[in-house]
Amino acid sequence: MANASAVAAERSRPSPAGRRSAQRTNHGSSLRRRSRIGWLFIGPFAIVYVLFLVAPLAYAFYLSLFSKGLATGTTFTGWGNYAKAFADPSFLRGVWFVVRFALVLIPVQMAISLAVALVLDAITTRFARFARLMVFLPYAIPAVIGALMWGFLYSPTFGPLQQFFDLFGQHAPFLLSPTNVFGGLMNVVIWQWAGYYMIIIYAALQGIDTSLYEAAKLDGANPWQVAFRIKVPLVSSALVLIMVFALIGTLQFFTEPQILRLVSNGTITPDFTPNLYAYNQAFAYANFNYASAISFALGIVVFIAVYIFLFLTRKRGSFLS
Amino acid sequence: MLVTLTSAVAIAATLAACSGGGGSSTTTGTSPKLTNCTNTMVNKDAPQVSVWAWYPNMALVVDNFNKAHTDVQVCWTNAGQGGDEYTKVQTAISAGKGLPDVVMLEADHLSSYEIQNALVDISKYGADKVKGNFSAGAWKDVSQGSAVYAIPVDGGPMALIYRTDVFTKYGITTPPTTWAEYEADAQKVKSAGGPVFGDLGANVPAVLMALQIQKGATPFGYDLTDPKKLTVKLDDQASKDVLDYWADLVKKGLVGTQDQFTTDYISGVVSGNYATYTSAAWAPGYLTGAGVGKGASSGVWAVAPLPQWDPSNPVSVNWGGSAFAVTSQATDKALAAEVALGLYADPASLDDGWKTQTIFPLNQDVLKSDAFINNKSDFFSGQTANKDIYIPAANAYAGMVYAPITVYYYAQLQAETAKINAGQISGSGAATELQADIVKYAKEQGFTVAP
Repeated sequence: MANASAVAAERSRPSPAGRRSAQRTNHGSSLRRRSRIGWLFIGPFAIVYVLFLVAPLAYAFYLSLFSKGLATGTTFTGWGNYAKAFADPSFLRGVWFVVRFALVLIPVQMAISLAVALVLDAITTRFARFARLMVFLPYAIPAVIGALMWGFLYSPTFGPLQQFFDLFGQHAPFLLSPTNVFGGLMNVVIWQWAGYYMIIIYAALQGIDTSLYEAAKLDGANPWQVAFRIKVPLVSSALVLIMVFALIGTLQFFTEPQILRLVSNGTITPDFTPNLYAYNQAFAYANFNYASAISFALGIVVFIAVYIFLFLTRKRGSFLS
Repeated sequence: MLVTLTSAVAIAATLAACSGGGGSSTTTGTSPKLTNCTNTMVNKDAPQVSVWAWYPNMALVVDNFNKAHTDVQVCWTNAGQGGDEYTKVQTAISAGKGLPDVVMLEADHLSSYEIQNALVDISKYGADKVKGNFSAGAWKDVSQGSAVYAIPVDGGPMALIYRTDVFTKYGITTPPTTWAEYEADAQKVKSAGGPVFGDLGANVPAVLMALQIQKGATPFGYDLTDPKKLTVKLDDQASKDVLDYWADLVKKGLVGTQDQFTTDYISGVVSGNYATYTSAAWAPGYLTGAGVGKGASSGVWAVAPLPQWDPSNPVSVNWGGSAFAVTSQATDKALAAEVALGLYADPASLDDGWKTQTIFPLNQDVLKSDAFINNKSDFFSGQTANKDIYIPAANAYAGMVYAPITVYYYAQLQAETAKINAGQISGSGAATELQADIVKYAKEQGFTVAP
């Protein structure tokens, strides 16, 4: 795409009249060759993209238009599955959970990542580099392993929390009980992802011209004001970017509830989040058609949420205002 | 040009890699040579039959079979235990490929796969030859009328496993024979500051279903000759009574609410946090494998018959047990049937299974043998558990009827039990909700549901 438009721009540039005819033939064949080579470079990606993203999506959409019962055959039901999904209390409960989860998780996570990035940006000792690595390390641990480990840490028999409460002879709260599961899951997600967002904000902070800080100091700004009045506004575009990623990822919450389901003693039900519901509908109950409809319905919810978010964080002059 | 050529080669290579599958080579009517077996073949030239099973001693069982047969060899893989394997089986059925020739299934999942035409009727491959080896109840569980869909291997007659040290400490001289006595004993232990009497695990819905059937409930009525008709009766008085009973025990703090088959539960069992374990005949093997019965928790176990609601009318129920079914995707169904009939049916394998109490074999040759009847169980400190408890329970077992939506039903029953454990709903309320949910789901799946 970019290649073609650049070539087109080149073609539209006016050339001297005398050399026009000779240049045009040269231009034409090299243009064709360049665009062919361009497509060849895109080829492998395009094949993988179509094969592993577009084709399965199209097939899933096709599946979602049909219904199949154990005792009946497959019938075409059009939007019936979608109507069923948006009226399904399990799906709606799951959506409500991930929306609430995202509304609490994202501000907390961004605040932590931003605070750590700002602190690490201000410190210039060797400790800063070590601290950066340590904060980023949880992200390097695969999500499944991390969730499994947290499952053991949350165990009422083996976990450190119970051992700590044993010192006082008290019973530790179970962090995956129906009242505590919100915080219990949030803890795992923040631990895993805060480092990742911190690195992105930190990288954005490195892109700020340091002369701005000097100018601010000359104007009498203290470090707090430098942080909040200069640094944060200048990384706001990076912040919006990672918030969009976090929003999309959180609304599709799956890994941690799936892994922790076995140790949650019944709290994490098969319909706890919409993605978990789609997974169980497909692979536990073999309702592949309905599961596809739920997945697309979740996609619609994510699209709406991201659109609302980008609208609320739009800047003057952007395409959304 | 060079760029074009190398890119073309790269694309071709990726596509070729994508199309390569794993495992079988060309098939010509006999079973293909399979390449992903956990065991090694004894007779390498014989055709192979693939088997999925999770028995703890399956390696020995497969070796015994392979050594004794030159006309067929078993290629075994452990595809997961219980629910893990069923997810894979269901996905393979939906995909139309990927199933092994022979698969180990529990009786409660058979009708779910029969209705999808995934299992082969083995009666035409000689299943009736072995019919006499099994009790009427065991055979009923694997048949639909005259069609036979699996060959039984083991069963799970239920009984009450209890800790003798806890019972002695709190003055319970004889184990409870009725559920009323069970509750009274539980209260006695709790008032004296003892541990909880048992555990209502939400993740073992098969137990609750069995206990409801023990009181006279018939949760499901299903016959494959009329496959679209399903009778669902989950909120009759017996079902409600059983759920109310256990909800009451939970509310009074007389039983635990921990999920079973978890490390937390096992560590509780080892520490003596549960005075009893309402379980099946394969439990001692499972508990021993999990580390119970060694060290601090050795020599303190005994078993008593399952408490009854009406002592004059005792009912035996079953939890688990398994059978070998031939799948419709088997390449050579006659050969697969031969494996299903012969695997885990030889005396050596059965002996190894029951001596460790890993399985309770349903083969009458074993059930009637002196060695089995008079066996003194190690786990139960020398108690002749088979003679006194498990064989009578197995003989009295009349079979249970399961719905073709077992996986969904178990998931909903599990959710309702979790709500009971959390104190969010009463037993009767759970039964009513469950009935409504299952009826709605069955109708969506196209069944005509009769109350």
